[in-house]
Amino acid sequence: METHIQIRFGELSTKGKNKKRFVQQLAQNVRMVTKDHPQIKIKPEHDFMLLELNGADEAVIIERLQHVFGIQNYSPVYLVSRDLDEVKRVLVELLGKMETAGKTFKIATRRSDHDYEHDTTFMNAELGGTVLDAFPDISVKMKQPDILVRVDIKTSGIMLSTQTYQGAGGLPVGTGGRGMLMLSGGIDSPVAGYLAMKRGVKIEAVHFHSPPYTSPQALQKAKDLAGKLTKFGGEIQFIEVPFTEIQEEIKEKVPSDYLMTITRRMMLRITDAIRAERKGLAIFNGESLAQVASQTLESMVAINDVTTTPIIRPVATMDKLEIIDLAQKIDTFDLSVQPFEDCCTIFAPPSPKTKPHLDKARRFEALLDVEPLVARAVAGIVVSSITGREDTASQDEALFSDLL
Amino acid sequence: MIYFDNSATTKMYPEVLDTYRKVNEQFFGNPSSLHRLGNEADALLQQSRKQIAQLLGAQPDEIYFTSGGTESDNWAIKGTAMEKFAAGKHMIASSVEHPAVTKSLEQLEKLGFEITYLPVDADGIVSIEELEKAIRKDTVLLSVMAINNEVGSIQPIEAIGELLENYPWVHFHVDAVQAVGECEPLIRHPRVDLLSLSAHKFHGPKGVGILYKKHGKRIAPLLTGGGQESGLRSTTENVGGVAAMAKALRMTLENSTASRSQEQLLRDKLVSALSEYEDVRIFSPEGGASHILCFAMKGVRGEVMVHAFESQGIFISTTSACSSRKKGTPYTLGSMGVPVAWSQCAVRISLSGENTEPEAEAFIEHFRMLHQQFQKIQ
Repeated sequence: METHIQIRFGELSTKGKNKKRFVQQLAQNVRMVTKDHPQIKIKPEHDFMLLELNGADEAVIIERLQHVFGIQNYSPVYLVSRDLDEVKRVLVELLGKMETAGKTFKIATRRSDHDYEHDTTFMNAELGGTVLDAFPDISVKMKQPDILVRVDIKTSGIMLSTQTYQGAGGLPVGTGGRGMLMLSGGIDSPVAGYLAMKRGVKIEAVHFHSPPYTSPQALQKAKDLAGKLTKFGGEIQFIEVPFTEIQEEIKEKVPSDYLMTITRRMMLRITDAIRAERKGLAIFNGESLAQVASQTLESMVAINDVTTTPIIRPVATMDKLEIIDLAQKIDTFDLSVQPFEDCCTIFAPPSPKTKPHLDKARRFEALLDVEPLVARAVAGIVVSSITGREDTASQDEALFSDLL
Repeated sequence: MIYFDNSATTKMYPEVLDTYRKVNEQFFGNPSSLHRLGNEADALLQQSRKQIAQLLGAQPDEIYFTSGGTESDNWAIKGTAMEKFAAGKHMIASSVEHPAVTKSLEQLEKLGFEITYLPVDADGIVSIEELEKAIRKDTVLLSVMAINNEVGSIQPIEAIGELLENYPWVHFHVDAVQAVGECEPLIRHPRVDLLSLSAHKFHGPKGVGILYKKHGKRIAPLLTGGGQESGLRSTTENVGGVAAMAKALRMTLENSTASRSQEQLLRDKLVSALSEYEDVRIFSPEGGASHILCFAMKGVRGEVMVHAFESQGIFISTTSACSSRKKGTPYTLGSMGVPVAWSQCAVRISLSGENTEPEAEAFIEHFRMLHQQFQKIQ
């Protein structure tokens, strides 16, 4: 008996001409999140995708697929021979592993091969009877039963499934184009990244760090946060920007109440330049209206001024509590609240201007040697690939193994 | 030299000493420091913790490092007292516990705690019935050792654990210092809340030990300060000692089956030889720990026997049979009903897996000669 997982698409089914591209992207993303199980074969078909497990751990793969955007729902399916007795035996075995006491069920047979000896009515009745005999506590229900047993009769065999898992919805990451995510170490930017990926955007994480003012741990935290996002669609490029020189310059030359505004302008300039170099189309960040000083509308005007590239702020209208809820759901919250200073907090002035004037912002920025500073920062970026399987723990183990 | 005093202390394995040295050379940073040297030392500390947890079948955050068995016992008892005094001030222990337990309980008695000491039978084993009778609504702790260090009695920890399932408010502490390599698994029942271990009893360094504290059980810290060990045991961590201990625990447990059968073989041989003498009494019960053998020769003080063997290059120890005990303070042989005249003659042989048959034979031969010599003073 072979175990496969049948994956059904959500919005993809309405995409028409683009469908093939979308399905291929989804297949690629599924491949990436199961990269450590090379024996898995992925077979995209027209209405669904089939994963051949070939011995891979079913529970592990089911868990991984939970997070991949573009999947509406998915079921483990078991391919058995067309022998009715065999089908009955496997069906009883599968249901035996589930909670059946007090539950309702229904058999839904479909014949892809219309030449099969038994018709669907017969199959439903026959298999239904077998289940009722084997599980005295179960009962039949036609509408919305607890357990839906799908039986698909094909020429190659009969596919059985008893469980359907809800997928993450959304669109496959990569079908929406490429965007730069401004990833700090905070709570909001990883959530923004998640929401971008949900609509199919392939994000690259841009992180500003200012050693020695910011610690190696803060950098690692940002990388770990990017790692948390890989489960939604595969590897993420992580771009470290050396920001020390610019922060020191700003601190020296700009009046303290505009420090934050100018810093954010410079960060946006650099992100935009990186975007252009890497052929991205938009910039994403975790700004939420009026949460902190830099995020009033006036501040946004003063900062957004440096570019016409679309800046998408997925959490702009969410309350802090809503953002925290989402952060906990995607498992970035605990990491985000670890207290490593990032460059935003260290150079934070005592009283930043909440309603900066655009012309003053431009004037103060002009005190800096903007273009060479930006060029140097962009030239100094370090790009690494975050796969989500970085295992610092086992590196430690290897190092210490002969001591212990 | 024939070393038969492993319950007092064991010799560090050479590899363990090597680890201790290497760690203090290469990873000497303070684990709380923010820089790389601190991070590396901390990583090694956590890896040691993880290894020890795995070996004990516990979670890493249930393992705390102390300065040894005495501190672990003190902390389990006084930490429970401080945390739970509002819930009750009654504690129960067997009457054959180690002084680290009994002295701690004595100290609490002075602060208004009430202690019940459970009697033991002639084999030194506690009675489950007596235990059940002793438990009250205001009992906050039960402390029973896994293996008695003086005679080697193995206490019924599983049965006690089963019983205590009905009394979830009692902290169940097990002093397992003598049990490494003997009882597997060391945490013999999931109901055990607190467990003490000491590295120098399993070929690790002196001055370092473990307290296992099950998830969800709260005890107050004894050592307060910099907040190490999740705020429960402040001190700059002894990374070298801990790493060496992790290695020693691994090696000892790896060798335990072979060691146990060697110890049992030698113990049987010694028992067989000693049983020939009419004026020799063996106190260790037959099903007791394979490495401990406690016996006495009538009329010959324990200390005298120790020195007599020492002059032959054989090292054993006395037990803590002392005639001038404070009334009510438990001690093992007395609690087993052994009269003082005998208990003050008691000595203890404690073996390791590295002891050999020729060593046992040498002991038997020397004992024969000493026995002859001591006849003159009877």
